[in-house]
Amino acid sequence: MNDATQVAQANEERVTPVNKPTVRSLYRARVKVHPRLVPGFYRRLKWIAMAAMLAIYYLAPWLRWDRGPNAPGQAILIDFPERKFYFFFIEIWPQEVYFLTGILIMMAIGLFAVTASFGRIWCGYACPQTVWTDLFIQVERLIEGDRNARMRLDAAPMSASKLGKRALKYAVFLVISMATGGAWVLYFADAPTLAHQLVTFEAPYAAYAAVAFLTASTFVLGGLAREQVCTYMCPYARFQAAMLDEHSLIVAYRADRGEPRGKHKKGDSWEGHGDCVDCDSCVAVCPTGIDIRDGQQLECINCGLCADACDAVMDRVGRPRGLIGIDSLANVTARKQGLPAATRIFRTRTLIYIGIWCAVGLFMLGTLLLRNDIDVNTLRDRNPLFVTLTDGSIRNGYTVHIINKQHAERPLTLSVDGLPSARVNVLGDSGTAAGAKVTVPADGVGEFKVFVTAPRDSVKTESTGIHFIVREADGRVSASRGSSFRGPSR
Amino acid sequence: MSTIEKDSVTGTATTGHEWDGIKELNNPLPRWWLWVLLATVAWSIGYWVVYPAWPVPGLGTTRGAIGYSSRVDHENELKAAKSLQAGMLTKIAAATPEQIAADPEMRAFALAGGRSAFQLYCSQCHGTGAAGAAGYPNLNDDDWIWGGKLDEIYRTLRYGVRWPNDDTRMSDMPAFLADGVLKPNQIDDVADYVLGLSGQKADAQAAERGKTVFAENCAACHGETGKGNLEVGAPNLTDGIWLYGGDRNAIIASVRYSRKGVMPAWEGKLDAATIKTLAVYVHALGGGK
Repeated sequence: MNDATQVAQANEERVTPVNKPTVRSLYRARVKVHPRLVPGFYRRLKWIAMAAMLAIYYLAPWLRWDRGPNAPGQAILIDFPERKFYFFFIEIWPQEVYFLTGILIMMAIGLFAVTASFGRIWCGYACPQTVWTDLFIQVERLIEGDRNARMRLDAAPMSASKLGKRALKYAVFLVISMATGGAWVLYFADAPTLAHQLVTFEAPYAAYAAVAFLTASTFVLGGLAREQVCTYMCPYARFQAAMLDEHSLIVAYRADRGEPRGKHKKGDSWEGHGDCVDCDSCVAVCPTGIDIRDGQQLECINCGLCADACDAVMDRVGRPRGLIGIDSLANVTARKQGLPAATRIFRTRTLIYIGIWCAVGLFMLGTLLLRNDIDVNTLRDRNPLFVTLTDGSIRNGYTVHIINKQHAERPLTLSVDGLPSARVNVLGDSGTAAGAKVTVPADGVGEFKVFVTAPRDSVKTESTGIHFIVREADGRVSASRGSSFRGPSR
Repeated sequence: MSTIEKDSVTGTATTGHEWDGIKELNNPLPRWWLWVLLATVAWSIGYWVVYPAWPVPGLGTTRGAIGYSSRVDHENELKAAKSLQAGMLTKIAAATPEQIAADPEMRAFALAGGRSAFQLYCSQCHGTGAAGAAGYPNLNDDDWIWGGKLDEIYRTLRYGVRWPNDDTRMSDMPAFLADGVLKPNQIDDVADYVLGLSGQKADAQAAERGKTVFAENCAACHGETGKGNLEVGAPNLTDGIWLYGGDRNAIIASVRYSRKGVMPAWEGKLDAATIKTLAVYVHALGGGK
C-alpha cells in the first residue's frame, strides 16, 4: 500500500484519536492503538535510537575488563554475593553505596535538564518502555500488516488464518521477552558462564525466577499494555508539567499555518484555507493515540512521528514542511499573535540544572579518584570495659576490621597513637614495639582481635582518645581510625 | 422492575439507598479489584486444606494436607545444622585443646562454639563478658589461681573447684579465727603485712609483726614472698587482683573465715567437644598463658 492510497483512504474514513483530550471515564475499556508506519526523519532517528539501546542492553554484559587474577573480568557486574559493583575501572564496595545516590541524583537532574530544554525526548526515544513497545509494534506490523490490515484483523471473526497470525505474533513476543529477561540476569553473574548454565538448565533457581519475572513484565508492559504504561502508570508523564516551561521544545502543530483546516482538492486555491488538509495522518501514526492538533497533551511522548507523517502529506500537496514540528509553547503563542518565533535552549533554568549536574558529577569524580583502597574500623570491647593485669597495667580489647581493596594480599602494621608506651598485640601474638603485624587477604576484610596494654601510670583519665594507625610494609601510613582507651576512674 | 434512578448532577446511577435525602451513588469496584478479592478468597480456602488452619478440640488444629508444621521445620533446621557441625565436633572431640588452638579451622569453630557455650553455662557466675565478680574470677586477666595454660584451664573445666570428685581443684585455707589458730590481733597484723605485699598503704609496725605470723602460717602455701602457688591453688598476694576484694576488711575476713568458692565439674554434664571449645574460648579471652 503506498502513501497516496493511504491518504486517500484516510480522507474517506475519519480517524478518531483513541485518546481525546476531553474527559474520559476511568472505567472505559481500552481502545487499542494501531499506529501506522511512516518513513521520515524522526522515524529514522527512532530506529537508530532503538538499535543503540538494544545493542547496549544486550552487549554490555559481554564486555570484558581485566582486573587481575583475584577479581571478576566482566566490565559491568553487580555482584550480590560479594556485595560489590563493577563498572569498567570503577569498583564500588557496599559502604560506598553513596555513589549510587550520586548517580541517581545525576540521572534525575540530567532528566530535568534534558526535559526542560528538549521536552520528553527520553520518553520518545530512550525509555525502555518506548524502545520495547516500538519493537513489539514492528513485530506486529510484520506479521499482521500495517494499521488498516491490523484493524481489519481485529474486527474479523476467528479463523485459522487469524489464529495462526496471533499465535505467531505472541510466540515472537515471548521469544523477545525471554531474551530481555535472559539478558537482564547476565549483569549479575559472569555472562558466558551464566548464559551456558541457563541453556543447559544448570543455572541457579534465582536466575530462572528473575528471567521468568522479566519475561512476564516485558510481555505484559511492552507487548500488551504499551502506551497505557506511559499514560496511566508512569509518574514521569504526570510531573512533566513541572519540568516543561514555555521555552521547552515539544512536538507542536502550527495552528497559525494550519487553520482553518479542511479538505482540499488538487488544483483548488489555498486562499482562505489553512495548510492542514485534515487527512488525520498525524493521528493514524501516533503510538499513544492522540491528535497533536489538540495541543500539548500528557500522552504525548515527543517522538515526532506525526511530524514525519505531516511532512509527507505537505510534500504531496505542495505546501512547505513543518506544519507539525519541533516548537515551543512560547513560539506557538507568538505565532498566533504574529510575533517572531525564537528558540531558547539555554535559559537560567537549564543553566542551573547543568550547573548542579556538573557540580555533583565533579564531586563524585573527585571522591572516586581520591578514595582510599584501604579502610579500618574498630569496635571496642564494652564487656568488660577494661582489664587490670597482674602487673597493674590496663588492657583494652578491640575488634579491628581492615578492608583491603587491592587485589593482592597486604602485610600491614597496626599501632596506636595517643597513648605513650602502649603495646599493641593481636591475640596469640605478643606484638612488636612498632605494633602488631597483620595480613589482610586480597580484596577482602581482615578481622583481628586486638589488645592494647598500657602501664597503669600512663592511663591518666577514665577515657583517653587514641587512634589506630595502619602502616604499609614500606612504613607509609595508609589508614587510621579514632577510638578510645578506658581505664579506672581516679 | 423499578427503574434505576440517576443522579441529576453526575448522571451516575444511584443504589436506591437514601439517608436524610442523601442518595448513594453506584460506583462499583473496578472489576479487576473484585477478581483479585475473589481470588484471595479462593486462595484462602486452598490454604485451609493444605496448611494447618482450624482449631479442633482435642487435636489442636487441623493437620493440613501436606502435614506442614513450623515446629517440625524448626527441628529439621536444627538437625541440618547439627549434622553440618557433626564432622567438626567429632574432630574437636578427638583433638587436644592445644591441637585445636593450633589448627585455624578448628580454632575458629571452637571460638564461636565456645562463646555460645560460655553464655549458656558460665556467664551466670563469670558474667557475659567473663569479667567475673567478687568470688568469681575475671577470666580476661592474666591472673590464674589454678593456671592459665590451655590444659590447666581444660582440667579446671572438667573437674571443677571443690567439687566432689577425685580430680577436682582443691585448696583448703584454714579459717584462722574460727578454727582458733590465730587471735584477732594477729590476723589484723597479718592483714597489714599482706596489704604491704601488694603495695597498698599499711601500718608499718603492724606489718612487721604480721611478717612473722605470715611466715609461720601462710608462707607454706602462698610462698615466702606471697607470690602464691599454682600447684595448690594459692593466690598471688602481691598483685593488684583480688578475688574477694583487696582492702583491709576483705583481707581480714578472708583470713578469719577462709573462702571456699566452688565451681562445678563439667565432665559428664557437657560433652568432650563442648568442654574443649570452652577451654579454647576462655584461653583466648586475653589472659591465657
